[in-house]
Amino acid sequence: MLGTAILGAICGMLGSFAVLRKQSLLGDAISHAALPGIAIAFLITGVKDSNLFLLGALISGLVGTFWIRSITKKTHLKSDTALGLTLSLFFGFGMLLLTFIQKQPNASQAGLDTYLFGQAATLLEKDVWLIAIVAGIALLILLIFWKEFKILLFDEDYTKTLGFNTRFIDILITTFIVITIVLGLQTVGVILMSAILLAPAAAARQWTNSLEKMVILAAIFGSFSGVVGTGISSVSGNLSTGPVIVLVAAGIVLLSFIFSPKRGLLFREIRFRKNRNDIKMQKTLAFMYGIAKTHENISHPHAIKILNGFQGFSKRSLQKLVDLNYVEIDGQQWSMTQKGFMTAANLYNQQVENSHE
Amino acid sequence: MEEKYAITVDDLTVAYNYKPVLWDIDLAIPEGVLMCIVGPNGAGKSTLIKAILGIIKPIAGTVSVFGKSYAKQRSLVAYVPQKGSVDWDFPTTALDVVMMGTYGSLGWIKRPGQKEKKAALEALEKVGMLPFKNRQISQLSGGQQQRIFLARALVQNATIYFMDEPFQGVDATTEKAIINILKELRKAGKTVVVVHHDLQTVPEYFDWVTFLNVKKIATGPVKDIFNDDNLTKTYGINYKVSVQE
Ligand SMILES: Nc1ncnc2c1ncn2[C@@H]1O[C@H](COP(=O)(O)OP(=O)(O)OP(=O)(O)O)[C@@H](O)[C@H]1O
Ligand SMILES: [Mg+2]
Repeated sequence: MLGTAILGAICGMLGSFAVLRKQSLLGDAISHAALPGIAIAFLITGVKDSNLFLLGALISGLVGTFWIRSITKKTHLKSDTALGLTLSLFFGFGMLLLTFIQKQPNASQAGLDTYLFGQAATLLEKDVWLIAIVAGIALLILLIFWKEFKILLFDEDYTKTLGFNTRFIDILITTFIVITIVLGLQTVGVILMSAILLAPAAAARQWTNSLEKMVILAAIFGSFSGVVGTGISSVSGNLSTGPVIVLVAAGIVLLSFIFSPKRGLLFREIRFRKNRNDIKMQKTLAFMYGIAKTHENISHPHAIKILNGFQGFSKRSLQKLVDLNYVEIDGQQWSMTQKGFMTAANLYNQQVENSHE
Repeated sequence: MEEKYAITVDDLTVAYNYKPVLWDIDLAIPEGVLMCIVGPNGAGKSTLIKAILGIIKPIAGTVSVFGKSYAKQRSLVAYVPQKGSVDWDFPTTALDVVMMGTYGSLGWIKRPGQKEKKAALEALEKVGMLPFKNRQISQLSGGQQQRIFLARALVQNATIYFMDEPFQGVDATTEKAIINILKELRKAGKTVVVVHHDLQTVPEYFDWVTFLNVKKIATGPVKDIFNDDNLTKTYGINYKVSVQE
């Protein structure tokens, strides 16, 4: 449980960087590329040891990453294509080896297939320690190089002109992403690993416009998904941990997309409606202002009928104007109050100013 | 009087995927000029700036800044990239972006403090963006984003400025404001190099011009070389621009 909590937190943190660099597929490619490493580690040594598997996964994950880099550098292929290619190639090879291993007599012992979907129950105390140490180092590096990470994420070319070695910063980020992914394989599994990297970050982005807060929030979301997901999967017996954690994280993403005050769909709709009504009202007021202005007495009554042909006009907007004490209604006649007249005059001036901005 | 060159480019050749986009460029930019680079889309204007600034590695050629290699003189040079080169949805504020201009002098690891913040606020003031300092950058208009980029370069307090289309998508008022800042820089003895598309305003804004289309067509004072002949050579078609003398 503690292991998945910490794991979720670093996944969220580093995932924020992956999301902002638009390298969403990279996590997928790396995790899939790690699979053959695990299988090969088992084939060579014949023992089931999680540390050994980690090493294998790390090596093949890194090989995959550098493979992707060199493909994009040396050929005309887009990076999506390179990622997709590497992903399917390594994963296919990994599955082949896995099937081969399962046909062996000692296959049932291997339990390598838990690496496909993850099983938090297989985490030993030493695994948790390893995760905690790596998370600590990642956090430290993040704090030390915060400024460098931030500027690289925003504007790589500019960062170069300031004299920073962008390759170094880039490799630092990528290495930590690879290590995190490899550590997560045992819990979350190869197939869904990238989801737990990206989901908390995508959710966090909805709630804030500051990079600091986004990273912190992503860590909290990640860790929450980890804890709840592991809890659910252990209560319900033999469910794989990975899918449950990802489902929890996906739930957070969904809620964030709907409810976040800044970018959420719900609030956007509410804001849109409110804006539309306000503008309707303002338009009506401005139109009335135009009419009232032509009379010496601004409160001279006019027939409501003349408003009917006007596009911004509705019963509701008129009622609102009355509520705001901008307009008075007497039978079929309306007249502007002093307050309404002043407001309308300001409205007009403001619009003129805005168009000069 | 001996003329001093801010930037000297020798035999610069740059290629993307084996296709040369800049061919054997020789260029000397005198100190203290306000120069524009003109040429059609895809002429390699952005690439030239990027190669001078070491963002792209050239196949051949050297660049020197006041006679020394660019790597040693980096702190003298500031860059305003093309606005579209970054994702403006990045979670940060206007002030924060301008502060990035101080990162170079801070070097690795050290964080910006009060002094850097003050410099950033001054730069924001200069470009008229102080009221927007805490605005999320995605909520700025195109012209405002452009001014933020300009402020970020101003914070660097450099001697030479490279700007890639700083007038792109800005209205007449902002354009005037920006050109005034550029002219102020020149008055302070700085060298300013600008990629520019509006040929009509070249004689009014700039005193030096470089025509570029894969090769360098011409470079020199606007009053001497900004003519139909060079424009035709650069833009291919028979170009006529009424240059007011
Ligand atoms: N990253 C890249 N990879 C491959 N080709 C590129 C790349 N960037 C630019 N090019 C090509 O190099 C040539 C010069 O591009 P560059 O951006 O320097 O032109 P430009 O003069 O700045 O054009 P514009 O006026 O449109 O900004 C173009 O033909 C372009 O297609
Ligand atoms: Mg360009």
